[in-house]
Amino acid sequence: MANLKELAQKEELFTGGHRLCAGCGIPPIVRLVLRSTDAELVAATATGCLEVGTTIYPYSSWRIPWIHSAFENSAATISGVETAYRALKKRGRIPKDRDMKFIAFGGDGGTYDIGLQSLSGALERGHDFLYLCYDNGAYMNTGIQRSSATPLGSNTTTSPAGEVIPGKEEWRKDLTRIVVAHNVPYAAQASPHNWKDLEKKATKALATKGPTFLNVMSPCPLGWYTKPEDSIQLAKLSTDTCYWPLYEVEDGVLKVTYKPREKKPIVEWLKPQGRFKHLFKPGGDKVIEQIQELIDREWNRLLDLDGKQIF
Amino acid sequence: MAIENAKEAQVGLTGNSAVALAMKQVNPDVCPAYPITPSTAIIETFSSYVADGEVDTELITVESEHSAMSAGIGAAAAGARVMTATSAQGLALMWEMLYIASGMRLPIVMTNVNRALAAPINIHCDHSDSMGARDSGWIQLYSETVQESYDNVLMAVRIAEKVKLPVMVCLDGFITSHAIENMETINDADVQEFVGEYEPETSLLKESELPATYGAMSLPDSYMVFKKQQSEAMSGAKKVVEEVSAEFAQKFGREYGLLDSYELDDADVAIVIFNSATGTTRVAVDELRKEGHKVGVLRIRLFRPLPHAEIAEALKGLKAVACLDRVDSFNDFGGPLFNEVRSSIYDLEERPKVISRIYGLGGRDYKVSDARSVFEELLGIVETGTVKEITKYITI
Ligand SMILES: Cc1ncc(C[n+]2csc(CCOP(=O)(O)OP(=O)(O)O)c2C)c(N)n1
Ligand code: SF4
Ligand SMILES: [Mg+2]
Repeated sequence: MANLKELAQKEELFTGGHRLCAGCGIPPIVRLVLRSTDAELVAATATGCLEVGTTIYPYSSWRIPWIHSAFENSAATISGVETAYRALKKRGRIPKDRDMKFIAFGGDGGTYDIGLQSLSGALERGHDFLYLCYDNGAYMNTGIQRSSATPLGSNTTTSPAGEVIPGKEEWRKDLTRIVVAHNVPYAAQASPHNWKDLEKKATKALATKGPTFLNVMSPCPLGWYTKPEDSIQLAKLSTDTCYWPLYEVEDGVLKVTYKPREKKPIVEWLKPQGRFKHLFKPGGDKVIEQIQELIDREWNRLLDLDGKQIF
Repeated sequence: MAIENAKEAQVGLTGNSAVALAMKQVNPDVCPAYPITPSTAIIETFSSYVADGEVDTELITVESEHSAMSAGIGAAAAGARVMTATSAQGLALMWEMLYIASGMRLPIVMTNVNRALAAPINIHCDHSDSMGARDSGWIQLYSETVQESYDNVLMAVRIAEKVKLPVMVCLDGFITSHAIENMETINDADVQEFVGEYEPETSLLKESELPATYGAMSLPDSYMVFKKQQSEAMSGAKKVVEEVSAEFAQKFGREYGLLDSYELDDADVAIVIFNSATGTTRVAVDELRKEGHKVGVLRIRLFRPLPHAEIAEALKGLKAVACLDRVDSFNDFGGPLFNEVRSSIYDLEERPKVISRIYGLGGRDYKVSDARSVFEELLGIVETGTVKEITKYITI
């Protein structure tokens, strides 16, 4: 694992000049992950903010070979690239000593929802790649529609906080758990505020043979109705409140990688975000209570499993 | 295998086995595979070639056809020669990705064994699947026989890589895919020599100062420019199909044009048709010729790009033509073949009357007697000078 100085000296593979919003969580995640290996990288990206914001023809922020084919198939696309790599290497058309790694990026919509099948297929087939989901909790690129990663109570354009229904009515899908159920050699949750933890996990994932997975919290000032300068603080709060537990599952052993000294109440994360504003009006406390209960339950489940072999 | 010893061998093969054999002889780098009747045997047979080490292709046993084409796109963008096969619902599920494969100019070769689209679900032959994909930017070759299916797959590799567009080779479900025909195979070495090495100019894996970008977002300032280039490539594909077919004929002795005319030279009336039903129609032609009627058949081998000038030339001087579509466009105005043939001949000084007859949907039999009735109708049109029904379902 590199220290900050070493990381800063590494080649920048994801350049500025892209059109992602100020305060967006995606660029720091991608910049760090692309620094987490010395191997040559190829990336696939699903349709979404990361894709739309970084490759507006004829410009690109990517200094590595890159492909976007559609919204729901980042994993399937990279599985083709990775297979071609093996095929061409086997046939001597790529030198034996050329070491390449493959990353598929997708948003929560492209991963939890429409891309779940192709992700599952690629994991099951055992391709040698890292799938990175940046979870900003909604379809942001198309104007903040709910996804199955959207938190309960969140106001989105398809789960609006109305007179009768107080925002999204369902809890979020636990995608990391679904991925772990594929018995992949490495899967983890991370957050960009804890760059050390993220870099460590990305390095492990990229060094591991076989399919690996990172689910990374990605603040979105536009969709969360927050200030750009608060994004990293909000990412930290998502882990201090245990809304977004940091943990990894390596060869079947689960390890919680961050335990807040004092677990903060979820209100501290909800309050600064405009998407939860309606929950602070009369009647909203019930929803907040429900969110707190669900978080506690999940956190306790993880603490119970901490250090254990789970598959 | 015995066939490897002879230069050309006579064998009895089904359409699916012949396509699988062609794929084996090409030995592509990557083959994404997903089963669907009636093309399943292609990928099953090919999987056994992989398992037995007869090819060293990397097989990707994807979880859907959408992923088959997505993985094919990833592999082709990475510089691999990619081949696959599908039918009907599988092709429909790929629909989004078909356009992405052609838009990225990736020379994927896919066999589509023609089958009806649901609902109602039906596994038998018609052309609704590949006709639904006719505007997806894929070159489309239609095959009458097992022999032609095999030959087309081999030629498709060369055509795709030269034009930088994907090619779909179509053959009739069950009628061609499952029937055994006598055919000639080419030996492995000659196939290898014919298809040659594939080395694309750019790819994701090619070492380069400028890393490749596939699938960038293109705004109104550039999108149309890309589409015009794609359109020009498609127009140019006609010449490439002719050249590759000519080279194939010279090497292996079997000649294929863009179209295939039978008894058209002095004909008054003709049926225009695709694939296996052509043979049935030829029998009717022979019968009617014996009875003194000047009838003929025009089979379309290349449908994308459309050989419109050649179609007009072939139908020049005829008095009445029936376009037989094994698919309905549900437009109250006939099938795609009808509309495109009719449009192709519009600029002729003297145009034949053109009617649409929809036949054989969902595997419905098309018999010599059906072809005869169409010819008789056409002869009636010539006699009376009037068309009673422009569009009609037959074989029902
Ligand atoms: C098949 C398909 N359906 C819908 C869309 C429209 N679409 C593009 S991006 C997107 C949402 C992306 O959401 P997410 O994956 O969370 O990424 P984000 O925008 O948040 O970065 C949608 C719905 C599409 N491009 N393709
Ligand atoms: S909308 Fe949100 S996720 Fe998209 S670029 Fe802006 S901040 Fe980032
Ligand atoms: Mg999102």
